[in-house]
Amino acid sequence: MLKILKYSFYDLMRSRWSYVYFAFYLLLGILLLFLNNDLSKAVITLMNVIIVLVPLIGAIFGVMYYYNSKEFTELLLAQPLKRSSIFLGQYLGVALSLSVSLIIGLGIPFVFYGLFKSNAIWDFSLLLITGTFLTLIFTALAFNIALSNENKIKGFGYAILLWLFLAIIYDGLFLMTLIMFEDYPLDKLSLVGTMLNPIDLSRTLILLKLDISALLGYTGAIFKQFFGTNFGLIVSFTTLIVWVILPVLRIVFKSKKKDF
Amino acid sequence: MVSIKGLHKKFGKNQVLNGIDLSIGDGGIFAVLGPNGSGKTTLIKAILGMVVPNKGEIKVHGEDIRKNTDYRYKIDYLPQIANFPNNLKVKELIRMIKDLRGKAAHDERLIEVFKLQPFLNQKLGNLSGGTRQKVNILLTFMFDSPLIILDEPTTGLDPISLIRLKDLIQAEKAKGKTILITSHIMSFVEEVSDEIVFLLEGEIYFKGPIQELKTKTNQPDFEHAIASILTDNHA
Repeated sequence: MLKILKYSFYDLMRSRWSYVYFAFYLLLGILLLFLNNDLSKAVITLMNVIIVLVPLIGAIFGVMYYYNSKEFTELLLAQPLKRSSIFLGQYLGVALSLSVSLIIGLGIPFVFYGLFKSNAIWDFSLLLITGTFLTLIFTALAFNIALSNENKIKGFGYAILLWLFLAIIYDGLFLMTLIMFEDYPLDKLSLVGTMLNPIDLSRTLILLKLDISALLGYTGAIFKQFFGTNFGLIVSFTTLIVWVILPVLRIVFKSKKKDF
Repeated sequence: MVSIKGLHKKFGKNQVLNGIDLSIGDGGIFAVLGPNGSGKTTLIKAILGMVVPNKGEIKVHGEDIRKNTDYRYKIDYLPQIANFPNNLKVKELIRMIKDLRGKAAHDERLIEVFKLQPFLNQKLGNLSGGTRQKVNILLTFMFDSPLIILDEPTTGLDPISLIRLKDLIQAEKAKGKTILITSHIMSFVEEVSDEIVFLLEGEIYFKGPIQELKTKTNQPDFEHAIASILTDNHA
């Protein structure tokens, strides 16, 4: 698996898209620091961008890589390699190269701005960790979609729909449910609702750490009340890990049964 | 070398392989023939484990292929369509495959045979179809495996490379290897193969030497013998 990971990773690191992605984060970091002129504020703005954008890039890139490397995959399948190691290697290659672009792209401007001397360093690290988790989750989901759909257009369509649903529609539905049932106790419901969506979960997680009650919202407030800050962080991280493991298991399972 | 029992494969509603029983002995060149869509490639991919059969069992060197992937160390496979990662250089691809299989390879000699030196530093995406096929052949023949599977090896080759390929195949046969070929070029098949396996609608219609097929169909030459099978079964 490590050999496949190595080749996929190098292959992607040399592709134009990794540089575009890296350059984008670099610019974003510089721009935000320039506009906000304050590390903590820049972190908050950055959170809003990362929470929406990272899943989109992960989903699209994952699907794109899978379809583009179909020939490579077929070449590998005839070699004495396990299917699970081929697909896990490719998945990790994509997810890690995206994460590296994210971490380095954002890291450079913040480090130069004096991140290490500021107390925003933990908030910033948390932001990058969450970004990495979202990349891992959405790339895995994208691989699942691509493995189940031979048709590229359908695969891309589903990937975008998935992102649209989890990033935007889900929140709307969630809010409507809360309003419709406002006469009932909704603590448990909103807790579960947040856990079921990795994007919401990441947002709550970061806000809990940033400790900005104005931005926390209803769910955040309940999260905080229910778990307290530290326990809340642990629970959210565990759930994010589950969100990575489940789709990865399905990649292994699905790839074993597929015909090429 | 290879033994297949009761192999069934369906793609959706399309029954591609319908109970194939086949055993291929050690040494010699076997050609798998059949009209388009008769299941040749599916059969080969099933042996390689790329297609998962619905029913049946395949053994290579007496080992059930479902248990372990190590049997593929003993197979060299030439895929039908020579598609490679486009932004890789020829040299890098050769190095990568050598690294993945971790076996001694004689790529230098084959680069010489197919005159590939000028292309080593080019990206695979920029090569012509024929050159890509030569790279494909090189990747297949650079390892010394006892079983070689060639899916349409002649595609896109110029006459000189075709002659070299035939020499290569004969040389491998002389080493006592088993070679499995599919092709639509009947003259090529007639020239190189010792035995043919004729697939028709997912079943084995005929297996034996070419001479036997000619006698069976009462046709003087091989091409007409094949044509007569097809017309008799589709008339």
